Amino acid sequence: MSEMLIKNATVYDPINSVNGDLMDVAVRNGKIVDSVGNSAQIIDAGGRLVYPGGVDAHTHIAGSKVNIGRVMRPEDSRLGIKARTKLTRPYTGYTVPNVYAMGYRYAEMGYTTAFEAAIPILKARHTHEELEEIPIIDKGGLTLFGSNWMVMDAIRENDQDRLAAYVAWGLLASRGWGVKIVNPGGGEAWGFGKNVSGLDDTVPNFEVTPRQIIRNLAEVNEKMNLPHSIHLHCNNLGKPGNYETTLASFDICKDIKASRDRQALHVTHVQFNAWGGNHWGDMESKSDAIADYLNKNDFLTIDMGQLIFGSATTMTADGPVQYANARLLKSRWSNGDVELEDSSGVTPLEYHAQNYVNGIMWAIGLELALLTKDPWQVLMTTDHPNGGPYVNYPQVMTLLMSKKKREEAMSKIAEKTFERTSIAGIDRELDWYDIAIKTRAAHAKVLGIVENGKGHLGVGADADIAIYDIKPDQTDATTEYNRVEAAFRRSAYTIKGGVVVAKDGEITATPMGRTYWVRTKVDNGGYDRMMEDLKLKFRNYYSVNMANYMVQDEYVEHPVVVDTEYK
Amino acid sequence: MIIKDVLCPFCGCLCDDLAVEVENNKVVDVKHACKIGASKIRGHDRIKAPMMRDDKNGEFREVSYEEAINESARILAKSKRPLLYGWANGLCEMMKKGILLTEEVGGIIDNTASVCHGPSALGVHEKGLPTGTLGQFANRADVVVFWGCNPVQAHPRHMGRYSVFNKGFFANKGRRSRKVVVFDVRKTDTANLADEYVQVKPGEDYMVLSALRAIVAGKGDVVPDTVGGVPKEKLAEVAETMKAAKFGIVYFGMGLTQSRGKYKNIDNAVSLITELNAHGKHSIIPMRGHYNVTGFGNVCAWETGFINAVDMSRGYPYYNPGETCSNDLLMREEIDAAFIIAGDAGAHFPAQSIARMGKVPVIQVDPFHNPTTEMANIVIPTKVSGVELEGTAYRMDGVSLRMRKLVDVDFPSDEEVLDKIIAKVREIKGASS
Ligand code: SF4
Repeated sequence: MSEMLIKNATVYDPINSVNGDLMDVAVRNGKIVDSVGNSAQIIDAGGRLVYPGGVDAHTHIAGSKVNIGRVMRPEDSRLGIKARTKLTRPYTGYTVPNVYAMGYRYAEMGYTTAFEAAIPILKARHTHEELEEIPIIDKGGLTLFGSNWMVMDAIRENDQDRLAAYVAWGLLASRGWGVKIVNPGGGEAWGFGKNVSGLDDTVPNFEVTPRQIIRNLAEVNEKMNLPHSIHLHCNNLGKPGNYETTLASFDICKDIKASRDRQALHVTHVQFNAWGGNHWGDMESKSDAIADYLNKNDFLTIDMGQLIFGSATTMTADGPVQYANARLLKSRWSNGDVELEDSSGVTPLEYHAQNYVNGIMWAIGLELALLTKDPWQVLMTTDHPNGGPYVNYPQVMTLLMSKKKREEAMSKIAEKTFERTSIAGIDRELDWYDIAIKTRAAHAKVLGIVENGKGHLGVGADADIAIYDIKPDQTDATTEYNRVEAAFRRSAYTIKGGVVVAKDGEITATPMGRTYWVRTKVDNGGYDRMMEDLKLKFRNYYSVNMANYMVQDEYVEHPVVVDTEYK
Repeated sequence: MIIKDVLCPFCGCLCDDLAVEVENNKVVDVKHACKIGASKIRGHDRIKAPMMRDDKNGEFREVSYEEAINESARILAKSKRPLLYGWANGLCEMMKKGILLTEEVGGIIDNTASVCHGPSALGVHEKGLPTGTLGQFANRADVVVFWGCNPVQAHPRHMGRYSVFNKGFFANKGRRSRKVVVFDVRKTDTANLADEYVQVKPGEDYMVLSALRAIVAGKGDVVPDTVGGVPKEKLAEVAETMKAAKFGIVYFGMGLTQSRGKYKNIDNAVSLITELNAHGKHSIIPMRGHYNVTGFGNVCAWETGFINAVDMSRGYPYYNPGETCSNDLLMREEIDAAFIIAGDAGAHFPAQSIARMGKVPVIQVDPFHNPTTEMANIVIPTKVSGVELEGTAYRMDGVSLRMRKLVDVDFPSDEEVLDKIIAKVREIKGASS
């Protein structure tokens, strides 16, 4: 029995409404408990800031897209290098770190959980091979369904039971946690180099629309009682004027009733989808319209997809947008179509502060977070590594906390940016509690892993704890943002499952994390109809036999399986 | 007993539809595989026991695994510049251990791509790789180009399963749905099956690619009357075919990567494909040889950040092809010990490299006798992965699959041997530090 007591902690635990109380946190066998005995290991926080371990609900940390990014960018792997030690393997990479750096760097910042945002089922084995080698953090992944032939055929034939049976089967086959939809229908159209242009466009050869795909998957998601809602990357990403598609996509799910205490729709990296104007020349921020919608509707959540100036490696299942990016920027381009399932693309690029398009994007991310009143509705992400690498989270945290820091940043950004955005006029400054929501509590709630003990410090929760070298009562984040940012970059302690895994930003232990996935029972006629269709597709169109397709147990060594049932 | 859905541990097609009959722990029949695949699964003469010799011209003497492993660890631990090469004919599980061992001994890890598709990686660094899974091409491609590769011989079931003769969802008339074009310096068996054969003068692929790019871009007037031995009209015709494709796919092989121009050829070919995407959908994919050579590139990339040729002597990965590939190091006579596993340096390296290997201790880990054995000092036989051992392999298109075990044998796996060497190296290094 191992026990730990963190004394004199200034705790922010929004899920339990703890707002800066000075208290002790007790840990036994990796869980939070009421009290511990005298022999417990003592860590004196000395009044410093204590958060639940950070949770990242949307990041690209594993799988073939990430790996082609590494292969394509040896110049990136040359950054951030750290030699091996007796305890740690070598670190490499900035936008596309190797598996070791991926886990170590999250842990060094006080993050203990991260969810991979896009798993193509056929390539899920690869994703899990990488996830299994990312040390320390717990993880999960979202499975791609938005351009899948099985999905579109079931929807066209109006067979939701069959659709549910397939989603359940796909989650099992990929050991996935939730339903990801990327540019619905567009991935299939990209199979012949085309795209869909809006929600009511017909997907060629499949006679369904993006609207139908979103709606049906959202309904089925709730009937399956999945922990997470559907997770949507909207159509028309990266195009001026796309905010209208985004708002219309929100509306599709307006009357969906969530089966759990969470949103009915999560829309991801909305920064890339909140653009006004008709072309690059008149592009402008429409974050006000998006925030206005969020302020009036509580059925949905979003994440920022904040842009970080400097190098990024964009990677997404949105194949067509990546080709457009690569052509526009004359950049390297990798594409990765996945038979019957989806597409993907990877393109390195550089965000410049003096480029007003990039400036507007930078502003939109922050505006979304600051104009939306309820902090629970907007998660802080960079859509790693699309907006920029996750190691920059401390920078984003302080940008949200300090107007002065924003002003300092704005002084270096192309002036035209501020004619097209409202960021300069926003006074709001988030506090320690808001930041705890935006970087852990809301992520856990949106993913549906609060019940699994994530994102909070209530009794029974996982003892995933971050102690930062900040005394909240003596620190004014609106002015001392440099110190705050430095403290968020290197936690004083990161505790994962009751083990101190990092101290003063250095790794001290490397336990293996767990992987969350969902198993849903669908035992009506839909299952048989689905199997019949699936066998046909494997016989005729897949290049892999069905018997070799599903991810085997060997690839998920520390699983946490959540069971649900389709009604 | 018949075991179904078996994967073939021979070429990068990684066919997964074999049926293997096993009786009394022996493979007695292999169905659906091509000849080369079936012959590997049936098995042939293998190395029976670990062996050692001091003099490379002398006779081997049989030794225990323990002795061979301890001596291997001793050689690697005291070596200043050990090369750990091969890795293509094994499973991802052992590759992970190989990278760890390389870190432990501060060596260089390099795989067979070094003398095969290594230049493709450089092309990808320059331009990326617009590609997809084999089933995507099988279902959609209406124009199929083979450039500098000969699947009839090297990937015998490729044309039947993925590229030419099979039916796909859109390409539903099989062979008749597709126009097949072969670019090669000689008329191969594959060329004989094509609709169009374009004979390129040896070493002039780069020019031919450039001419095609010019024509596709509407700048055909700058193209001379013949390029690389090909008449301009023929190139214009082929360019038109590619441009008109709804889905075009280029499969390329060592005829492109190992001829004059090397990685520049790949760079140029990828550019052509990227530009063609403005007209229809186009993809390109290397025809990888060994069944899991693609796996090594993947494992090495996610563990070290680099695809191959990684030097760990600084305690972190350092990659600089031209400096850190096996043959660069051997020819500079830097290497003072070689560990060859699941790949055959002896058969594929140039004479100058072989000469260096003749002067340094060589450790071989492999189930089979091959030219590397001739220059080895220590030979450690292991299980045949995918026949006697299950685990992960990556098909040429990056789809990972789990190889099956068909029969049981007493040999240790590559992974077990590596584990023991790592433990011993740590013991030796721990004692000396
Ligand atoms: S084509 Fe390749 S993988 Fe398929 S059976 Fe033949 S050797 Fe094996």
